[in-house]
Amino acid sequence: MLKFKSFYSALLFVFILIIFSGCVSRQESGKSVITVWHWMTDREPAFKELSKRYEAKTGVKVSFELYVPSDAYSQKVRAAAQGANLPDIFGILGEKRDFSSFIKAGFILELTPYMDEDNAKWKNYFFAKALAVNEFNEGNSYDIKPGIYGVPIDIMTIQMVYNKALFKQLGLNPNRPPQTFAELLDIGKKIKAANLQGLVSGWGEIWMIDCLANNYAFNIMGKDKVIATIKGEVPYTDPDWIKVLSLFKDMQESGLLASGLVTMVNKTAEQLFANERAVFAFNGSWCVNVYKEMNPKLEYDAFLPPKVTDKYPMAIWGGAGSSFMVSGRSKNKEEAVKFLRWLTEAPQQAYLAEATNNLPANKESINKIPQVLANFARAMDSATHPRVWGVSEFSPVIEALDKGIQSIIIGEKTPEEVAGEVQRIKERELKKRR
Amino acid sequence: MKIKSALENYIFVLPAVLIFSIFYIIPFFSVLQLGFYDWDGILPTKIFIGLSNFKEIFSDRIWWQSLWQSGYITLIALTFQNALAFLLAWACDREIRMKNFYRVIFFIPPVLSEVVVGLVWQWILNGNYGILNHWLTHFGFANLTRNWLSDPNTALTMVAIVHCWKGFGWGFLLFLAGLQTIPRELYEAAHVDGANAWQSFKSVTIPMMISVVVLVAILTILGTMQVFVLIYTMTGGGPGYHTEVPVLRILASMRGSSRFGYACAQGITFGVILCMISFVQLIVSRKAKN
Repeated sequence: MLKFKSFYSALLFVFILIIFSGCVSRQESGKSVITVWHWMTDREPAFKELSKRYEAKTGVKVSFELYVPSDAYSQKVRAAAQGANLPDIFGILGEKRDFSSFIKAGFILELTPYMDEDNAKWKNYFFAKALAVNEFNEGNSYDIKPGIYGVPIDIMTIQMVYNKALFKQLGLNPNRPPQTFAELLDIGKKIKAANLQGLVSGWGEIWMIDCLANNYAFNIMGKDKVIATIKGEVPYTDPDWIKVLSLFKDMQESGLLASGLVTMVNKTAEQLFANERAVFAFNGSWCVNVYKEMNPKLEYDAFLPPKVTDKYPMAIWGGAGSSFMVSGRSKNKEEAVKFLRWLTEAPQQAYLAEATNNLPANKESINKIPQVLANFARAMDSATHPRVWGVSEFSPVIEALDKGIQSIIIGEKTPEEVAGEVQRIKERELKKRR
Repeated sequence: MKIKSALENYIFVLPAVLIFSIFYIIPFFSVLQLGFYDWDGILPTKIFIGLSNFKEIFSDRIWWQSLWQSGYITLIALTFQNALAFLLAWACDREIRMKNFYRVIFFIPPVLSEVVVGLVWQWILNGNYGILNHWLTHFGFANLTRNWLSDPNTALTMVAIVHCWKGFGWGFLLFLAGLQTIPRELYEAAHVDGANAWQSFKSVTIPMMISVVVLVAILTILGTMQVFVLIYTMTGGGPGYHTEVPVLRILASMRGSSRFGYACAQGITFGVILCMISFVQLIVSRKAKN
């Protein structure tokens, strides 16, 4: 009995020791260590290599910690923020509203003074649209002090891509993607007749439908009307919005949309396109790397979603692909900023672009990228992003719009019905905020 | 001496109490408390809004639709899945050849990862390249082929069937264990009294298995109402809202909309509903036993 008690007491002691050891702060070693949390699996080896180069140059160790999948990463960052355990550098996945909450809570350092040093030398590295995603302008609706709060690591655009071999099979010119929406629908009919699969995309994951719907909303009604809708000044039942929703019905009826698209995740869509089982895909510039890994011989090219009208320019989502922020509570703020400045210099950006096939955020590195990637980069002129609009649509409204479009595609609801439902949710959300 | 002994006892139970409090009691009350707040999960400030979140749940059509849909899956699991599990357990309990082989085979689906199962079935049910459509066409039923997971008429039922396939092994195992505890003498006595196989089953097997059936039913309801990973992998809740279930809605509130307070209120409401179902089931089963 005594032996048992002694054993149990020892066990208890170890247990208490473990608990308290968790409460003790980490010992600071003499050498600086910058910790970076990220979710970018494809960039991990390149980051590790750059970390080695930086340590060799400055003696400062940079520890990149990868957390996947991105959902889990996102939750980890939020939990760390609550526990005041954020790393020195991290990225935020989510809407601009979430970004603003992190800033309001003091979790993110304002980088404007650093960007403006030496006649804005650092700021001038970047494409203006890449920086805009991390910027809050004067009079922004989030009540954030105007300034720059993040550093873009790369840029992206989301466009259409088409398979050249399947274009030939359909009797089409492989070097001429459709220029108008009517042409796109005509190709849809040919795809249906040839019993091929048309457009694939991750429309089961919601946000990509939202992206294409917004592209066409910009083309049909212009930016101002889209923003006015988000502000609640124009209803979703407006004829222009009905027209946007009807495009999805037209695409479905023409045979352009691949079967099972509404529950398709982007990974499946990428596999189908890379394996030459689909004529079109709607995907981001990251797909260049993905397709290269899946099928290096794939012949394809990128193009802007074909216009419905010439009244307004077509806009696609683009800007900063991924960005890093410096923790406002980090003890290594200065070191962290120095590292990010180094990471975004032309040689490091060129290396990242070459190793990962992502578009560099640094303007000087853009001429050292493959042809298809360059086509994605050219579309930066047409790029916009919800994060630069200054206002955010309510999440339930975005969900209702996206799910509604799914319902239109499966023939369950009409565009008018979906518009009515979305507007009802919009009014409910507006009422709650008043 | 008495005080020392009592103190010793308290110290010995302290680790268990600490673990239980830290990982169960405190989170439970935190979730309950958050249900009364409007909070985005990031800002340090939370706005107290009383019962607003709970009131909103009552008018949230999609929430109740998701609850109804998980109820539909549960109904299929309770009937189809458990009937199959019981029949197979009954067959394996009899003197049949290779019964140990069957026992292993039937228990393979439950030990597989839900993500893997979801992805494999997604491939089987794929409208373009799926093996199900391939075989249907091969055997002359091409008119039946469809995109099983994107068709609102079939998506939920398909998800329910896959869930049953994945889960029937648990019921099988419990039913088999229950059947093996029934004394063989009872069957021998019934046989001597002239009972045939059906009468033995009706008068011996069923009454002796009531408690196991109740246990399996409770586990099926609680497990199926909380089904999540499989649906997340197979359909993500689509097409539209046709395969949404409560846990997916809670996740959507928390992650998609950054409404932690509302998600906590949904979690509490869902927990209360599950408790009520279990309570009713327990009362019904007690009455049935009596």
